[in-house]
Amino acid sequence: MLIRHPELIPSSEITPKECYLNRRRFLSSGAFTAAGLALGGGILSAREAFAGEKLQTVKSPLTTTGEELTSYKDITTYNNFYEFGTGKSEPAIYAKDLPVRPWTLRVEGKVKKPLTFDIDALLKLRPLEDRVYRHRCVEAWSMVVPWIGYSLSEFIKQCEPLSSAKYVQFLSWYDKRYIHWPGQTGIHWPYSEGLRMDEAMHPLTLFTFGLYGEALPNQNGAPVRVVVPWKYGFKSAKSIVAVKFLDHQPETTWNDLASDEYGFYSNVNPNVDHPRWSQKTERRIGLPFYEQKRTTLFLNGYADQVGSLYAGMNLKKDF
Amino acid sequence: MKQRLLILLKVLVWIACLFPVSWLTYAAITNTLGPDPTATITFTTGKETIWLLAVMLSISPVRSLSARLSWLIRFRRLLGLFAFFYGSLHLLTYVALQANFDVSTMIDDITKRRFIIAGLAAWLLMLPLAVTSTNWAIRKMGGKKWAALHKLVYLAALAGVVHYWWGVKPGVRTPLMVTVVVIVLLAARPLMSWWKSRAIV
Repeated sequence: MLIRHPELIPSSEITPKECYLNRRRFLSSGAFTAAGLALGGGILSAREAFAGEKLQTVKSPLTTTGEELTSYKDITTYNNFYEFGTGKSEPAIYAKDLPVRPWTLRVEGKVKKPLTFDIDALLKLRPLEDRVYRHRCVEAWSMVVPWIGYSLSEFIKQCEPLSSAKYVQFLSWYDKRYIHWPGQTGIHWPYSEGLRMDEAMHPLTLFTFGLYGEALPNQNGAPVRVVVPWKYGFKSAKSIVAVKFLDHQPETTWNDLASDEYGFYSNVNPNVDHPRWSQKTERRIGLPFYEQKRTTLFLNGYADQVGSLYAGMNLKKDF
Repeated sequence: MKQRLLILLKVLVWIACLFPVSWLTYAAITNTLGPDPTATITFTTGKETIWLLAVMLSISPVRSLSARLSWLIRFRRLLGLFAFFYGSLHLLTYVALQANFDVSTMIDDITKRRFIIAGLAAWLLMLPLAVTSTNWAIRKMGGKKWAALHKLVYLAALAGVVHYWWGVKPGVRTPLMVTVVVIVLLAARPLMSWWKSRAIV
């Protein structure tokens, strides 16, 4: 597979000077609103400073071609993000309260030494790439999303995991003091997801900061999330605050809630039914009802790239 | 109740019952059914069915509160038939948009998935009631037999509620409201007749 080595491109060529200056401006406005927060409730202004922030990107050979993009409106108003309500349209309303700056990401577990990354440092770690991916929800609907980010493997290298690290766990933001915190869902917070190390290191696994040329809207998992395009959407943890390297398979939220419905792997697989519906077909979001039907592809159409990760495994058993 | 007021009320109930299907049709034509039109149609028709069943089930207990409310009986058949109408649309949505008229998919679903079984059972329980809803059928069957058959609506409502719970994800509580309403209305029947028999003694 052709993988461009982004380190060959001088970062000065990718990120124009005014963007650096902009970043400084954002940083200072972030500091300003942080002060505002201390003075009493400036969460909304903190959000406004970053919503719709334009991101400088480069092209990627790992992008998916030949698919019509789902509209920005549908991608940002049809969300599963239970921290902000169980209805599809609720996250777009309530995730406004997500405090995306300041934001730090902890790295723990089987690493050389525990680390903390600031979100603005993560944004500059590698050139941000445009990656169009198919996004298949376990609920049998699908989208095509133009994400922005770089391979998670680039970040993992910075974390210096030990050879005993076999799995990566992602923990999402949670705050039970948050006024709309959902009570009766049966979920053990924080939201937890995980990947096997080789899955996490696969170049398609995207450390994601934006979509449609802009910083991630809060309801889509701002300020940083993972996107694993060959797995059902819930595997792609949103609004990550901690990454843990483990020598054992982590407990993951939906698997914990209903292990017969949501496997640890949860690879997109038309041959393995969900107990309540077939996964052979999917409904593409944003089309008239008579045009929605699509045949679901094995590993969401990424089998050529990632199929070898599962060689010799029984995917009906390890679904 | 005056005849003219009754007619006015019937017209209003007709409008209310036809509103969801009119909205669905209009939104389908203008492509404004939301991001997932198939899901919108499925949920709208399903919710209408179970809520119309609940409203219909409220008629007998409410009527028995006072003799002055006896006119409510004139709305029971109408509501029941509309519940069947939306249940049929819901089933048709499944057949056309979810299963895509594919027989093997439907057989697979019916044999493997309990929420599909419960939903189909609810519709099949409503079917004979819709068929025997005419005055002619009531005369032909005789009131007692007819009333006994139409007790199946209790089972249909329960099957509908079970179908709703089995269809949603763990953690989702949207079926809770209609479930409470249906259970209260079903429990009201034996409770009210017990209360009445006690009052007479």
